[in-house]
Amino acid sequence: MNHMKPTPHDAAPLHVTGAARYIDDIPMPKNALSLAFGLSDVAHGKITAMDLDVVRNANGVVSVITADDLPAGNDVSPSVHDEPLLATRTVHYIGQPIFLVIADTHLNARKAARLGKVDIKPLTPILSIDDAIAADSKFEDPIQFLKGEPESALKSAPHQISGSIEIGGQEHFYLEGQAASALPQENGDMLVHSSTQHPTEVQHKVAESLGLPFNAVRVETRRMGGGFGGKESQANALACACAVAARITNRPCKMRYDRDDDMIITGKRHDFRIDYQVGFDDNGKLQSVMMQHFVRCGWAQDLSLPVADRAMLHSDNAYHLPHAKIVSHRLKTNTQSATAYRGFGGPQGVVVIERVIDQIAHHLRRDPLEIRRANFYQNGQTTPYQMTIEDSVIAPLVDQLEQRSNYTKRRAEIDAENRANPDAVLKRGIALTPVKFGISFTLTHLNQAGALVHIYADGSVHLNHGGTEMGQGLFTKVAQVAAREFGLPLDMIKITASDTAKVPNTSATAASSGSDLNGMAVRDACQTLKARIVAFFAIHFETDAAVEFVDGMVRAGSHEMTFADAASLAYQNRISLSATGFYATPKIKWDRMAGRGRPFFYFAYGAAVTEVVVDTLTGENRILRTDILHDVGASLNPAIDIGQIEGGYVQGAGWLTTEELVWDEKGNLRTHAPSTYKIPACSDRPRIFNVELFENENTQDTIYRSKAVGEPPFMLGISAFHALSHAVGYSGDTEIYPNINAPATAEELLRSVYRNADGTDAF
Amino acid sequence: MEIAFLLNGETQNITVDNPTVTLLDWLRETKGLHGTKEGCNEGDCGACTVMVTDADGSKSLNACILFLPQLHGKALRTVEGVGTQSDMHPVQTAMVEHHGSQCGFCTPGFVMSMVSAHTNGATDHDNQLAGNLCRCTGYAPIIRAAEAVENAPRPDWIAADQDGVSKFAKPTGPTTSDELAAWYLKNPDATLVGGATDVGLWVTKSLHELEQVCFLSQIPDLAKIEYRDDGLHIGAAVTISDLRDAVADIYPDFAEMLRRYASVQIRNAATIGGNIANGSPIGDGPPALIALGATLTLRRGDERREILMQDFFIEYGKQARKSGEFVESIFIPKQDDRLKCYKLSKRFDQDISAVCGCFNIFVKDGIVECCAIAFGGMAGTPKRADTVEAALIGKPWTRGNVDGAMGLFSADYTPMDDMRASAGYRMKAAQNMLLRYFIEDTTDQPRVLEVSS
Repeated sequence: MNHMKPTPHDAAPLHVTGAARYIDDIPMPKNALSLAFGLSDVAHGKITAMDLDVVRNANGVVSVITADDLPAGNDVSPSVHDEPLLATRTVHYIGQPIFLVIADTHLNARKAARLGKVDIKPLTPILSIDDAIAADSKFEDPIQFLKGEPESALKSAPHQISGSIEIGGQEHFYLEGQAASALPQENGDMLVHSSTQHPTEVQHKVAESLGLPFNAVRVETRRMGGGFGGKESQANALACACAVAARITNRPCKMRYDRDDDMIITGKRHDFRIDYQVGFDDNGKLQSVMMQHFVRCGWAQDLSLPVADRAMLHSDNAYHLPHAKIVSHRLKTNTQSATAYRGFGGPQGVVVIERVIDQIAHHLRRDPLEIRRANFYQNGQTTPYQMTIEDSVIAPLVDQLEQRSNYTKRRAEIDAENRANPDAVLKRGIALTPVKFGISFTLTHLNQAGALVHIYADGSVHLNHGGTEMGQGLFTKVAQVAAREFGLPLDMIKITASDTAKVPNTSATAASSGSDLNGMAVRDACQTLKARIVAFFAIHFETDAAVEFVDGMVRAGSHEMTFADAASLAYQNRISLSATGFYATPKIKWDRMAGRGRPFFYFAYGAAVTEVVVDTLTGENRILRTDILHDVGASLNPAIDIGQIEGGYVQGAGWLTTEELVWDEKGNLRTHAPSTYKIPACSDRPRIFNVELFENENTQDTIYRSKAVGEPPFMLGISAFHALSHAVGYSGDTEIYPNINAPATAEELLRSVYRNADGTDAF
Repeated sequence: MEIAFLLNGETQNITVDNPTVTLLDWLRETKGLHGTKEGCNEGDCGACTVMVTDADGSKSLNACILFLPQLHGKALRTVEGVGTQSDMHPVQTAMVEHHGSQCGFCTPGFVMSMVSAHTNGATDHDNQLAGNLCRCTGYAPIIRAAEAVENAPRPDWIAADQDGVSKFAKPTGPTTSDELAAWYLKNPDATLVGGATDVGLWVTKSLHELEQVCFLSQIPDLAKIEYRDDGLHIGAAVTISDLRDAVADIYPDFAEMLRRYASVQIRNAATIGGNIANGSPIGDGPPALIALGATLTLRRGDERREILMQDFFIEYGKQARKSGEFVESIFIPKQDDRLKCYKLSKRFDQDISAVCGCFNIFVKDGIVECCAIAFGGMAGTPKRADTVEAALIGKPWTRGNVDGAMGLFSADYTPMDDMRASAGYRMKAAQNMLLRYFIEDTTDQPRVLEVSS
């Protein structure tokens, strides 16, 4: 096993001293202006009149812009041009930007934005999944995966169950809110700083909004204060607003959303309802699985189609479905346009098949782990989308975790304790759930990356690539790749901001792909440079000895010098010391309409055991202990990978427990600040938290045989959801399956406690 | 208004034009100190945490809802002032070594909470960091870092800050309760600001401009706590942190509830007087105080009157406070400790209650002698459960009678649906809280926070 070093995050010393710069920390020229949006307070309606004079006359206001004032394009959509920067005639959700205030300060812009008088004639809003189904409001016709003969296999199965689960959305709650700035350059060009996972898309949307070719816009992103998918497309609006305002005023402009505005305006994780019918045998082995996904996509298409696809693609999780039919409905509603969020639909797909397994176990009175094992993929079996599984390690991984966590003994103890004390107020529960997550963008052409590496004449290395840093440690990992290739210490590698002028045509840093793609592109550039030095050495020293780059030295037979001297010598001999690198993921091919192909280069695996306790008088609950074993292949950086796993788990558990988005009957999001939307706090982490890396190497030829780590651990949090279900199942009538919906708030759990008592809802 | 304080060891003499400019905006926009971050602008995320030292010691506070004049006479430390890359505070070094930062945006706030805790020798890290949200790490490495430096030495500048705060002049505005009473009588439309943890949001979120304010934190005699023969006398400007300490031994369950009242940063600023006077239907202090039979002293000029706490809350948004009158002190009559407080919220820490039920039930010879039950979150005001109490008093303290009384909550309360909880859940949980009190009183079943794996 060949893990690389657990180096700290490259910016950690800057983070802890407050010296790390985010968009709002970049000093702006003295004449810079600040922006704020005026928002719709109606979920669906026609704008009949707008009186913005009072806004224009407000303190500090320089200008106010509506859709009519825009110089060129009016669209910030990442997909199908259906998302105007500023509303035109119709408003589609509460929080939709209608006008843009340009003022001297952030506070004055915010104050003025609230003064606008916009008359909107209300139309009937479509808010819920039921509303959308009734109105047949959708973005495309249902997509279906079909494998085998699910209907007849269902009928002929010895046992059948059916059910339905509601799965709530999730606010990203990146700690740094959305922010951008734009600085006008000579000849109409624009320099943009954006807190975005996708500088290239920001470049494209800004160019479109200014009527310029892409080469007139440069976008730079040093780091984000968290992204999680929420800055894949949602950053476009601020960057375009800044660029347009900068064009109109010819002054630098900055925009950042106040937290409440951020939560009201921007998209979140998609909420789902999934109905299922399942057939299985006496051992719980699945025979047929039929599912219908209902996906609430919000008002604009954004990335909803690939999100809904990925939910379908993960509806098997780690289990072989011999016959399957998965149908997905992509519903259009008058709510925030749901967007990318860590896992990108995958978690919703995994939740439902884990629910199915858990319910089968309840039906058969068996430990759910037995049912899970009975259905784990074996290599050579195919997925519902006809991809052959070749790299599964789920069975041995789960075996090891079961041992390390002492799951079987603990489950038996908890079961015995709960059976012996039916009147106890507190019930404990425990669950083990696995994860298998497909790695690659399902839109195949996105699986490419570029890099730019310079070696200066003093031997210092300047590194740039198409990925962005949002805290996941990508820059550190990629710098480690360059350091390893050149045999240099890490401090010889300068990590630089993502910049559309250095590496063009990049993909979003998303789909967990950052280090896979950019690590390989950087390696390619480094190898190009090394090859030039090797060729130069052969001629210069008239040697055919192999050239090594080790410990800051370059060696060719008896010729040895420091890397710095080698660089200097190469420079003096007119060898180019700058190279680009490129990588395109091999082997993948996907037909989304047919639902067939190989969408993923490989899979990442993991599993978690969570133990909880629930108070059956109030539903209050707590995670007591979590044990995780996760597969990152040969780790590029074990410390960073464990950080992703710990953080992903807690974020996933938060999604399924305390994080509840609530809209009122008019479509107002009522949970639009941390006072009302509750992400996990410090004490919510598992009190005992054991995280280990599974000994493995990627079977595919990835960067040093590592695996992607960003998204897969998020789904380890699903074990908390099932542990809660296990605990609640011991209240009242244990014949009744708890059937809890997500998030399992204290309220949802208490509802389940009473449902278990007599099968009806107490409130 | 003229104010003076130490910023990272250097004296600042400032003329403040707008008394409600926040410390955060001043640091970032006027001083160009960008290490202190804005995450939520309402005191819920802790990204703006700073450390403030005065004669009473060092405490963490949220800069986003702290008005600049509140700094007068104190020593302020921001993340830039605790260490540099070449000379880090032990907390900063540990955060790097234990991989405690990922995106880094919350990190300065965490560092400042950890520096404050370290300065005070506090090692209850979950409590100390309850007011700092991190979305990346899952907190585990941050706690490892905090634990690693528990015994590390304190930098010298901490003592220098403590010594440096004695030199500042008296602040402008009232500095005694008598002066306040006279001033407020003349300026009855002014806003009295305790810790600004609520008023701060009027400014940062509602975008109000407050014409005239008076800062109660500069009135030491309003912040006194006295144990007398008749009970506990608490000044209105006592912070929740100090109140928690004051009741820890005599009403430990009240103290435990206050442990979950917002966060360290908020409790260090928020006052019990503000918690009462703002009339929140939820505010966790009032139901506990009502259950304890507390009274308020209201003062208007030289006139004082006492009313029962429960009579202060008339209806939603309306309190029994006359123009020019202010809450001067709170009195809790001496009694045996029979108080239990049940704070129910979506998240245990730093969350506003959906329901907060406080029970003070006295049983003699198996019979309920007297009881006071008060709830927040069940009505437009904090309110007593008169019908339930009447059903319990004089009856045997039995499960059967408790079950019967549980059915009567609907006579006392008509809770509402909102984003925190449904009406039905509120009612069911409130009923069950009485049952929990009975179970805790008669058996030894633990609470959910007391269980370990």
